[in-house]
Amino acid sequence: MNATAARAAPGRRALIAAIAGAALAAPFAARRPRAAVQTRARIVIVGAGAAGLTTASRLARELSGASITLLDRRREHLYQPGFTLVAAGLKPEGYSVSTTAEYVAPGVRLVEEGAAEIDPVSRTVTTDAGQRLAYDFLVLATGLVLDYGAIAGMDVARIGENGLGSVYAGPAAAAATWRAMSAFADRGGVALFGRPETEMKCAGAPLKYAFLTDDILRRRGNRGRAELIYNAHARSLFSVPIVAERVRMLFEDRAIAVNHEHVLTAIDTSRRIATFRTPQGAKELGYDFINLVPPMRAPPVVRNSPLRWQSGPLAADGWAEVDRHSLRHARFPEVFAVGDVAGVPKGKTAASVKWQAPVAVDHLVATIAGRTSDASYNGYTSCPLITRIGRAMLVEFDYKDNLVPSFPGVVAPLEELWITWIMKEVGLKPTYLAMLRGRA
Amino acid sequence: MKEIDLATILAVFEEMLGPMLWVLVALALLATIAFVFVLVRDRGLRPRRLVWAEAAGVAGGIAAVLFMQFVTSSSFADIGGPIDWVLVAAIFAAGAIGTMVGIYALLGLGRWRG
Repeated sequence: MNATAARAAPGRRALIAAIAGAALAAPFAARRPRAAVQTRARIVIVGAGAAGLTTASRLARELSGASITLLDRRREHLYQPGFTLVAAGLKPEGYSVSTTAEYVAPGVRLVEEGAAEIDPVSRTVTTDAGQRLAYDFLVLATGLVLDYGAIAGMDVARIGENGLGSVYAGPAAAAATWRAMSAFADRGGVALFGRPETEMKCAGAPLKYAFLTDDILRRRGNRGRAELIYNAHARSLFSVPIVAERVRMLFEDRAIAVNHEHVLTAIDTSRRIATFRTPQGAKELGYDFINLVPPMRAPPVVRNSPLRWQSGPLAADGWAEVDRHSLRHARFPEVFAVGDVAGVPKGKTAASVKWQAPVAVDHLVATIAGRTSDASYNGYTSCPLITRIGRAMLVEFDYKDNLVPSFPGVVAPLEELWITWIMKEVGLKPTYLAMLRGRA
Repeated sequence: MKEIDLATILAVFEEMLGPMLWVLVALALLATIAFVFVLVRDRGLRPRRLVWAEAAGVAGGIAAVLFMQFVTSSSFADIGGPIDWVLVAAIFAAGAIGTMVGIYALLGLGRWRG
């Protein structure tokens, strides 16, 4: 029925058509593009990873006339959610690597230097090349550092050798980890998994890798020759109780043994012995394969600045002291933190960035425009928790440990599903890249 | 997912398929226009042509499901919950309808009376 007919005969069918049309159109109603706010504000974004690029793209769209500077020495952009797939032998190393420059929004200046010092009192950032950048607003998007040095005996150069794996260290390390894990899957023996006691990015990743190793052993008919042990740093396997319980059941199903309150402190990569701190004292475990996940901390430029938490659980590792809902700094209101470096109790994933960046940007733009923002980040984090090649659980949760499923009643969060795997393997990377460009 | 709207979906598919997205959209549009043209020209459906198109549609649906498995690291054994079967059915339906419309239009344009 066309519009003319609908007007000519406003009967029941026309009404139904109109309602159906409105219902269909509703989700597709264009986001009302707010007129760009005019400003001459100088905004410096430290770090051009997922959080920095996404924030820059959004600021460039919402502001007109602002000077937006992205600061990052690294030229490669790493799609970190892809590391697990590389380390499972499913994707090549290059799957995770592109260049930062291709995602920098027009109007944003990329300075390929690192941030050496931040002085929030004089509002300046000094680069490692000695350049001083004054700012009116600062966005911390530095990411975090992997503190391999905190594990005595650890040598990053040996990842891939002698059963030593570490997915996090980068695309090359992920590929090297796959070689080590694959060799283990051919032989069998003891495999160790675990996580650090610090805050960490994607707390599901160490669990995924235990599941993937189990799956690959089974596919090669060698599961009976292997013993898999997961060393949890705490008394539970995951910070969200309902998810921890589900993982506990799945580990039992897959015969993955669990040690609680085991924190890796040292490794002998030649003799293949890992040492853990436990409530009963130091404990050594021999291994044939280990996926070592290092402690994670805020980068020195934040950790050694007044911007860090001064007390409380997030102070030790130097995370930025921001309000957990607005991501605005507690003591320096012109400073925001987005992504891994933000000192909030949850949210060190790309999904967190997707939810955090619009909130921080809205508060920043509101300040420039002289209004207030009611945008609030609820701690949303998402993890497609792979339980075998071809299946995953779409675990999404918030600060309160509530499950916050995107597709309630459709995609069950605690079920091992193929559709969730398809989202991870097919949908996640394009969504992530669209996010970097501020389009998703 | 927050902000699921047409612009977001478009952005994601652009990242996924690159320029191929527009080739596929153009093909789908062409097939639809050709299908409608043939329908109008013939003043209705031609039953025998439709049967052949439907047969091709079944093959197209199966091909779509197999293609999805080919491009991903997964197989039928990974289908777990009901939503997985819905996804399989949706992929089959998309492949089947697309093929049916395309083949019917092609046969019609070829003036195959059938």
